[in-house]
Amino acid sequence: MALLELRKIAKNFGAIRALDEVDLRVEPGQVLGLMGDNGAGKSTLVKIIAGNFRATSGAIMLNDEEVHFHRPIEARKNGIEVVYQDLALCDNLTAAANVFLGRELKRKIGPLRILNYSAMYARAGALFGELKSETRPRDLVRQMSGGQRQAVAIARARLTDSQIVLMDEPTAAISVRQVVEVLDLIRRLRDQNVAVLLVSHRMPDVFAVADRIMVMRRGRKVADKAISDSSPEEVTGLITGAIEAA
Amino acid sequence: MAQDVETQAGGNVAIKDMLHNKEATWLQIMLSSQPFWITMSVLAIVVVMSFVNENFLSTGNFFNITRNFSFIAVMAVGMTTVIITAGIDLSVGSTLGLVAMASAVTISNGYPMEAAIAVGIATSLAVGFVNGVLIAHLRLSPFIVTLGTLSIARSLTLILTGATPVTLRRVGEEADRFREALAGTPLGVSTPVWVLLVLTIVVAFMLRYTAWGRHVYAIGGNEQAARLNGVPVDQVKVSVYMLSALTAGISGLLVLAWAGSALSNFGQTWELRVIASTVIGGANLMGGVGSAYGGVIGAALIEIIRNSLLLAGVNTFWQGTFVGLFILFAVLLEKVRK
Ligand SMILES: Nc1ncnc2c1ncn2[C@@H]1O[C@H](COP(=O)(O)OP(=O)(O)O)[C@@H](O)[C@H]1O
Ligand SMILES: [Mg+2]
Repeated sequence: MALLELRKIAKNFGAIRALDEVDLRVEPGQVLGLMGDNGAGKSTLVKIIAGNFRATSGAIMLNDEEVHFHRPIEARKNGIEVVYQDLALCDNLTAAANVFLGRELKRKIGPLRILNYSAMYARAGALFGELKSETRPRDLVRQMSGGQRQAVAIARARLTDSQIVLMDEPTAAISVRQVVEVLDLIRRLRDQNVAVLLVSHRMPDVFAVADRIMVMRRGRKVADKAISDSSPEEVTGLITGAIEAA
Repeated sequence: MAQDVETQAGGNVAIKDMLHNKEATWLQIMLSSQPFWITMSVLAIVVVMSFVNENFLSTGNFFNITRNFSFIAVMAVGMTTVIITAGIDLSVGSTLGLVAMASAVTISNGYPMEAAIAVGIATSLAVGFVNGVLIAHLRLSPFIVTLGTLSIARSLTLILTGATPVTLRRVGEEADRFREALAGTPLGVSTPVWVLLVLTIVVAFMLRYTAWGRHVYAIGGNEQAARLNGVPVDQVKVSVYMLSALTAGISGLLVLAWAGSALSNFGQTWELRVIASTVIGGANLMGGVGSAYGGVIGAALIEIIRNSLLLAGVNTFWQGTFVGLFILFAVLLEKVRK
């Protein structure tokens, strides 16, 4: 059974056809690598799944039921979490505050509902522990390394029992050493039976962690196969168009 | 980062803790906080002035300083919340003037004091609501929107009485009650100072201990991120402009009670002093940083400088220069701390 299934998803921005009848399936505990050149439509696809955009046509099935998300929070309530390309972090807040942003834990004092700092620190600390990250709940995000910031964004995605984590270019702007850290985080999500949709430009990253690879070119899906049946050379050909489809 | 991986591999966590990524201690937090240094400046000036001029610490002068700065500081508390969201509210001075005039007119027409207060508060909230809706929902620039309401509110103040002052002296029992209630000195401290104290504590608490406060900071830090994470950005923005206007309204009532009459130029250009107070107190116009106490201590510093110059016999024309220098000094201080 597919956890998430897209059927013939299309998206027009005015005259631009950003997505053209794209199908997609992900299963629990599976890492699907999504590759393609700039403008291929990867981010648009992620945003449609995440409820940022509505598809022009096509259907989104979650656990075999059709869903319609109008806002990101609705996708989140259905177990779909996103790690945005720019991470969507507030630099001026602590790691824990970012993890709980929009979902703060509160406790009652008389008629007041006040922030439960200790519970949020504890839970954020546990999440970083699970992700084997060195990130500390009380540290300001502003002072963090790229890898630690990724950990904050991923911990946020693990706050609830999310079924799917969408990651848009998580390794685009960080150092090699931090990339290793992020790839480890992705493996840990997979081990917890979470499905991961990994959008990336970086061939080695995708071949390191993905179970399946899907290639898009100018809004169309041109390949979707097990990573073991493909090769970096083939994927390069598919991305550039040297190979029509596979 | 390199450090992290290596020390982790060597199992030497203690060294990493010492060299890297150290959690800030209380002392560090304090020393790196702008309000702390401004508080120190205020205390230093008080100490120096108490030696230089014997009148400085006299009860009368102390009373003057605290009351005068309260009018500005009350508004600085509201302004701080706006500035934390990376907004600005230029309309507070005009709102103060409009509220003072509207309340004065209400009372002088024979309505009870409670009605005058209600009219004043409602007027201020209406201005704040208009600001907030235009800024949050229509996505207009806070600078331009509040520049517009600055102009409108001042003009309405003039229209209300045709620029004639309205006095609360000898107009009846309700006017006297109003002045007693808002310009008194319970327990030897003037009412504006009490109001300021309560307001500062309430807003500081809300900023630190409620989800609303957390969201105010989040919006200033990264509005887009706040939105993506389900923070009700538009509502929070409307709320901070209403809070800012409310503090202007409260200040308007206090000024009216203290002055005993409403003039149509009440509060004119005060928005600049309010904004200066919040900036001196550590708020950042880029958003994400600031505290209720910071705005208050910033206002205190400005008033103490003014007062000191006055007592020292310096020509009052120099006041603006000194206040301006302190604003520049505060901004530099912020740079240095980083
Ligand atoms: N909000 C938008 N408005 C108009 N066009 C857009 C928008 N977002 C993306 N596009 C267009 O859709 C196409 C796919 O973009 P995108 O999904 O960002 O590609 P990728 O992430 O693969 O680089 C591009 O031609 C891009 O210009
Ligand atoms: Mg993209």
